[in-house]
This record gives sequence, C-alpha cells and structure tokens, in this order.
Amino acid sequence: MEPGEIHALLGENGAGKSTLMNVLYGLYQPDEGEILVDGKPLKLKGPSDAIGAGIGMVHQHFMLVPVFTVTENIMLGAEQIRGGIAGFLDRRRARREVTEVSERYNLRVDPDAVIEDLPVGIQQRVEIVKALTRDVDLLILDEPTAVLTPQETEELLTVMRSLKAAGKSIVFITHKLGEVKAIADRITVIRRGKTVGTASPEASRDELAALMVGRNVRLTVDKTPATPGDPVLEVAGLVVDDDRQIRAVDGVDLTVRAGEVLGVAGVQGNGQTELIEAIMGLRPVLAGTISLTGDRINGWKPKRVLRAGVGYVPEDRSVDGLIKEFSVAENLVLDIYDRPPFGAGLALKPDAIAASAKERIEQFDVRTSSADAAVGTLSGGNQQKVIVARELSRPLKLLIAAQPTRGVDVGSIEFIHSQVIRERDIGTAVMVVSSELDEVIGLADRIAVMYRGRIIGIVGPDTPREEIGLLMAGISPDAAHDAIAAPAADEPGAATAADSPGVADGSPANDAGSASEDEA
Amino acid sequence: MTNPNPQSGSPDKEPASEAQAAQNALGNTERAEVATEPDRSAAKPGPEPEPKPSLGRLFLDNLWAANTFTVTLLSLVLAIVVGAVLMIISDPDVLSTYSYITSRPSDAINSSWTLVSEAYANLFKGSIFDPEAFSGWLDGANGWQAVLAPISETLTYAAPLVFTGLSVALAFRGGLFNIGAQGQATIGVIMAALAGFLLPLPPGLHLLVAVLAGALGGAIWGFIPGILKARAGAHEVINTIMLNYVATYFLTWLIVQNGVQDPNRTDAISKAVDTSAQLPRLLGDNLRVHAGILLAVLATWAVAWLLNRSTLGFELRAVGANPDAARTAGISVTRTYILIMVFAGILAGLGGSNMVLGSTASALTPLVVAQIGFDGILVALLGRVKPWGVLLAALLFGALQAGGNRMQSYSGISLELVTVLQALIVIFIAAPALVKAIFQLRAARAARLQTSLAKGW
Repeated sequence: MEPGEIHALLGENGAGKSTLMNVLYGLYQPDEGEILVDGKPLKLKGPSDAIGAGIGMVHQHFMLVPVFTVTENIMLGAEQIRGGIAGFLDRRRARREVTEVSERYNLRVDPDAVIEDLPVGIQQRVEIVKALTRDVDLLILDEPTAVLTPQETEELLTVMRSLKAAGKSIVFITHKLGEVKAIADRITVIRRGKTVGTASPEASRDELAALMVGRNVRLTVDKTPATPGDPVLEVAGLVVDDDRQIRAVDGVDLTVRAGEVLGVAGVQGNGQTELIEAIMGLRPVLAGTISLTGDRINGWKPKRVLRAGVGYVPEDRSVDGLIKEFSVAENLVLDIYDRPPFGAGLALKPDAIAASAKERIEQFDVRTSSADAAVGTLSGGNQQKVIVARELSRPLKLLIAAQPTRGVDVGSIEFIHSQVIRERDIGTAVMVVSSELDEVIGLADRIAVMYRGRIIGIVGPDTPREEIGLLMAGISPDAAHDAIAAPAADEPGAATAADSPGVADGSPANDAGSASEDEA
Repeated sequence: MTNPNPQSGSPDKEPASEAQAAQNALGNTERAEVATEPDRSAAKPGPEPEPKPSLGRLFLDNLWAANTFTVTLLSLVLAIVVGAVLMIISDPDVLSTYSYITSRPSDAINSSWTLVSEAYANLFKGSIFDPEAFSGWLDGANGWQAVLAPISETLTYAAPLVFTGLSVALAFRGGLFNIGAQGQATIGVIMAALAGFLLPLPPGLHLLVAVLAGALGGAIWGFIPGILKARAGAHEVINTIMLNYVATYFLTWLIVQNGVQDPNRTDAISKAVDTSAQLPRLLGDNLRVHAGILLAVLATWAVAWLLNRSTLGFELRAVGANPDAARTAGISVTRTYILIMVFAGILAGLGGSNMVLGSTASALTPLVVAQIGFDGILVALLGRVKPWGVLLAALLFGALQAGGNRMQSYSGISLELVTVLQALIVIFIAAPALVKAIFQLRAARAARLQTSLAKGW
C-alpha cells in the first residue's frame, strides 16, 4: 500500500477479508507468510504491536464502552496520568487531544457525549478518532458501511477522503460495489481466502461482481431436468426479524414444488437464515403465511415441523446441526430419538440406534472410526454427511438445506449434491440456500435471489452467472439486463458453458493472501 | 487440524483411566491424519464460527478431560498432607517442639508423627474399620455391632449426600448450575417431617407418603427457578441461591409455630416424626444406618438410567451440550430446563427426607439439613458429575465425616478439619494442572485445558 491511498478489499462474506485484517491487526497469528511494513518484516503479537507499527483498526462491531464518554473511550488503553504516584487520570489533556484530532480531520465529535446516546455513524467516527489519536498511518475499516444509513455512508466517505488528503492510508473492507467504485484507488478482490485479482476503480461493476463470486470454479452436478409436481412449500408475504429485532425478511413470496430444487442465492446476511428459521419454526413469524402441502404451519414448534416431513440441514453445523460431544450414532437420531424404533416410551433403544447408525454410516459413506466416536472428531465433510444422513433417512415432503457444503471437502460436496438430487428425483421438494453461487446454479431448477430481505428475482439455472451476481449485489433484474448488455444474456446455456468446468476446491493454500499484502 | 477434538469422549463414555485416555488421544491423531486430506479445504474458507461453549460446558469438559482417576487419588493424598500440616500448626504442644528443632529435631518429628498418625488412624477407625472393636468381638468384649459401627456411620452420613450430589450432577449435565440443592433439601425436610407427624397413616404407607412428600417439596423448590429460567431467562444460580435463604428462614419460622413445635420444649424443635414414617434401620436399633442408603443406591441407578438410557436423558444431555442444536432438532429447551430443575429438586428433596426420617432425633431443628446441599455440590464435582462417581464421592465424604467425629473425640482434632480436607480435595480436583505439576505428571494437556477454562471464566 502507498501512503495516502485507499485500498478496497472486496469479497463475499466468509471470503477471508476480516481474517486477513485481523492478522494485520495482530489479533490472529499467520500460519505462513509475512507482513512487510516499510520493507521490514513485522511480527505482531497483539493489537498493541500493530498500533505501535502505526496500524489502527475500526471493527465491524465497535469496541466502545457504552456508558463512557467519548473522551473516556478514547483514553481507554492509553490512559494519561498526572499527579505522579497518585495517578489521576488526565482527562483534560485527553479531552484536548480528542478535540484537536476531530477538528483536524473535520470529524465533529463531541468529546463529552456518552457513547450510548450517539447514533451509530458518530460512534464509528469515535472509533476513527480513537485510532487517529494513537498516531496510526494505516487505518483498517472492516465493513464500515454495513451498519450505516446511506447519508451516514456518504459522510463516512467524506471523512475517508479528508484522511487520505492528510496522508493516511486506508484499507476499506466491503462487499458493496458502489462504495468501492466511489472511493477506492485500488481494489483487491478476495475469494475463498485467495487474492483472485486486482482492479482499478474504473473496472465495471459486472467485472468486479464476476471476480467476487468467481467464475473459474464450477461444480457440475449430473441431473436430469426436473419434473415439478404440486406445490409443497408456499410462503406468502413473510416478515421476520433477526435477533436484534431488525427486519431481516421483508415480504417474501416463494413456492417450492415437489420434485424440484429451488435454489436461494444471495450474499449472506440478506435474510436467508431468518427465512429458513421461520419456516422451521425456530423464529417467530411477524406477518405472512407459510404452508406445507396446504397446512398452515406458522407458529408450529420445530418438532412438529420436522414430524410433518421436513428435513433440515442447518447452515452452521457446529452450532445448530450437531452435538459435538455426542457420538455419531446419537447424532444420527438427534431429531428422531423418541420415535420407534429408537425410543419406546421413556426408554431409548440403544441396539436399534446402533444398528441404524451402522447402516447409515455405510450408506452415506461417513468416515469414522466407529459409530461411538464423538462426532466432533470427524472431519467437516463427514460431519456434514452425518447431518445429511440423518435428515434423508426419513420420508420427507420438503428438504431445506442451508449452506449444505460449506467447509466441506470436494469429495463430500459431490456426494452431498448427488444425495440432494436423488431426494429431488423421488419427489421431494428441495430448497437449497447457499452463498456459493456455483452450488446454487449446479443444483437448482429455479433460482431465487435474495437481497435485503426480499426476493429480488427468480431466474432459471441457465441465467448467466454475471446476471445473478448483479442481482446478488442488489441490482434489480432490468438493470442487470442492461448492465450485461446484449452479448451473452439471451443465449441460454451459452454463458454457463463458457465457464471452465474446472476443479472445485483443489487449490490447497490461502497463504497467498496474507503474503502478498505488502505494506509500502 | 492437529488436534481435531480437544474434548474427547462422549458424555457417557469418558476414559476411565489415563491409559485409556491416552489410547483415545492416539486414536484421534490417527483419525486426524487420515482426515487431513479432505479436511484442508474445510479449514480454509473463512472463519467458521465455533460456537462459544458455555461456562458450564467448559467446566464439564475440563473436569472430564483433565481429571483421571489418578488425579482424584493424588488430590486426596495432597489434601491429607496439607491436613497434617494444619494439625501440627494448630497444636501448641507439638508446635513448641519446633522452636528447638535445630538442637533436637527428633522431638519435633516424633511428636508430629504421633499426632498426625493417631489422628488419621482415628479417622480410619471411625469410618471404616476399628481393629480394637474387631478383637473385642473375637474376645466377646463387645458385640458385632461395634465392628460394623464405623461403616454404619459412614453410610448414614453418605446417604443424603448421594441425593444432593445427584441433584447437582443431573442439573450440571443439563447445563444448569443447581446451587439450590440446599434449599430444595430444606423444603423436602419440612414436607417430609410434616407428613411424618401430621398424617395418621398406617406403617409402610406412612413412610412412603413422607418420602414422597419430601420429593414433592424439593420438586416445587426446583420448579420455581426452572420456570423462571425457561420463561423469563432469569439465571438459575441467582434464583437458587436466593431460594436457599427463603427455605432456610421459612424452616426457622415454621418450627416455632403452634402445631409444629414440640409442646414439651421451649427451644426451636418440632414434634418428632411418627415411628411409622421413619426409615427402618438396617442393622438393629444400635446402629444408625437406615434404608436411606438403599434408596440412594436405587436413585443412583435411576439417574444413570435416566441420563444414558432414556429419551428424557437424551434431551437433557443434548440441551446441556448444545442447546442450539437441541432446539434445531426439535427438542424443547425450555421444557427440558424445567424438567431438569424439577428432577434435581426431587433428588435434593429426597436427600432432605433422609435427614429427618432417618436421623436419631427425627424432628425439625433449624440445622436439621446441615450442609448437605452445599456438600452435594462438592460431591458432584468430586464424582465428576457421573451418577456412580457421585455415589463413590458421597461415600468418601460420609467416611470423612464419620471418621472426623472420632478424630475429634479421641485425638482432639477439631471436626472442622474434615471440612477443610473436603474443601482441599475439591480444590485440587478443580486444579488438575497443580496436582500434575506437584507429582510431575504430564502436565501439558491439563495446562492447555486450564487456559481454556481461564478464558471461559
């Protein structure tokens, strides 16, 4: 990075941007590779080393004490003391510093305001001031606009420009294309932990989008055309809040038919998780209806939904899908332990559980030392197979698979995909939610793209990925069509065929990312 | 991915010995090597958010992973050594010999040895076996009862601790800290006693009703924090502690009420429980051991079955290990929390019934419950929150108390030393790294686990 440069780091959620920046800030230790500052390699043992080297960071979630004033928060960790041994806090000097810094960069922060009274945008500025008072030359902003309103975003961009004018360098992490184009001097795109390209801000949106979602990786799934039957899942006008009581799903309508795979694509955090959880009865429905083969299932408890013939592969297997301390056999019956033949009355039937575990371990090719091994000892792919085996082992009307292959090795991905398609072919309605566009394109018969809690468009699987990528970035279908212009858009199949059906995930390392991020 | 599973072992099948643990660890690394190839990609994409284990979970993992039987045994040895030092320090006569230890070291060593060895010999004689009583029996000087007296005392003290220990352990397995076994036992004692002297029932039935009344009392006192936790999210630790106070002061108030207080007494003691509601003595009237210990063994078996062989236990363990996954799999976490606390209360309440239906006085006094609830926490930890482990731990604590009585009367060592011993044992259990360091065991594993615990706190 050059002094006085704004360098944007672009990539999907989970691409490794934040991890990289946490390494730079000394929060994580690199496994390989090194960081160069002014040509010298730098060993960071913790954030204080990073601050010492002139690197400051503004986290996505602010690190402020809500009941302290701005000045107190900025003092925190670097308290100035006067009065010698008595050790009084020198608030006055700290306050003066805050005023000075905020005036110099035109940040307009009131040093005496209490943090919890301030709007998010100002809180963020406090974080910036905090970094600046530590004399940093390089400022890392981790998805700074994720929590801001458009106006606040605009103001932030202004602040960034004035910082740049003062010779500070900024690393700007985001997945929003518009902001990048507006402010960045240089753009590095990261995908799956690797630098996939560098671009200048003159690059067009669709070029950036293509880099971001990746076009070199394509998973092929062998499947015959779907023969959709009756609607199984019908969602109408669904409204759901997330954990922070912020609207996450805002009027979603969709239908999944028997014997088809509906793929839900979208950058993570656009309401997919909440949509599924609402269907599963794990999250309250605020408005709208969900029906399963005609039965209205709003407000049903998860157990009832599962019993009604819904299979669920949760997106985060280690949190929601498995109990790591439990054995493979126990995890295989996690949602049917009280049903015959596994449970009779109050008693479990260990023999039946063991027998069925043995069968399913074989059928689903789960690599484990034994059915009694704790599931936490298995590799990610095998853990996922345990979940898939569990869900597909009972008769289903609907299968909901969220991120079914996240963090899973290539072999397991193919296996899981083939199992999903097999389930479709026996007439189950399947809904696959994934932030991996390739996965959605590979599996789905129809693709619904979610953006900011809404279905922004439903397209066929032969739609060019660039177009879907733009939809994922929030550019509505018509605009997407225009942006792509004529060449590929209207030739079904041509665009997708152009993508090399290369290796999925064979590339072993992501050290390129941290090593190449040299500091000038 | 060098260590895919630092917390090895499924909840019900933990390694029984160091050797087995090592074998398991070996198995893990082998698996890890096999799994390395496909795992690589698994490790890469992005920061996969590990669920932050709860404090209770961390504690449990540490308890199981770092505490083998050896460590438990060594903790005992360490506690006994520290106890010996305390005895020496607290005895003025022995301590005075240390003032001239350089000129005549034999005085100090001999007097210390006599003091400590006699004290611990009395501890042993009072709790397990007294050779003098045995030879007396052979000579015809005393009856066979005297030979069994120590065991009888140990079992009498152990029985209620088994119940409260199981109560705490069961809740722990479900992810809840039941600090309220004391209060649940107190309400249990009240209900059992009231049923014992208020209800005119035939023998047999009366006992059954009294015992069940105790269980019901505990159940109610467990249900309250359970429902508060499930419905209002109130933390069970705070609520159970507060309810302990409520129960204790309710008991002191109740005892002096008309119809409860013994009319022939002015001090705070209730009427005695009818003999028809008392737990039958197992070895004749001269020995205190009563049927409570049989109930305790039965309860241990029942809890073990419940945890490992029942659908309810499956739910309970699932909720305790990972409430999110349990909920996703359709288990009602709130309902399970309530059930856990009710069951924990029942067990503690049964422990309470033992205190009044099996004791010599058979009446309520302000101290009738003693410390069984709080000791139950220690017993649960010492027993590594496994039912049969709890039973063994309760027997040890019972033995310490029974032996402590004799130690006090024969060697003049204060009974409180036993409490100190109990506390020391548990402290060493909770600090396996310390024990391993002292005895030069492989400490690396324990130390690593220890840091994870430190973070958790």
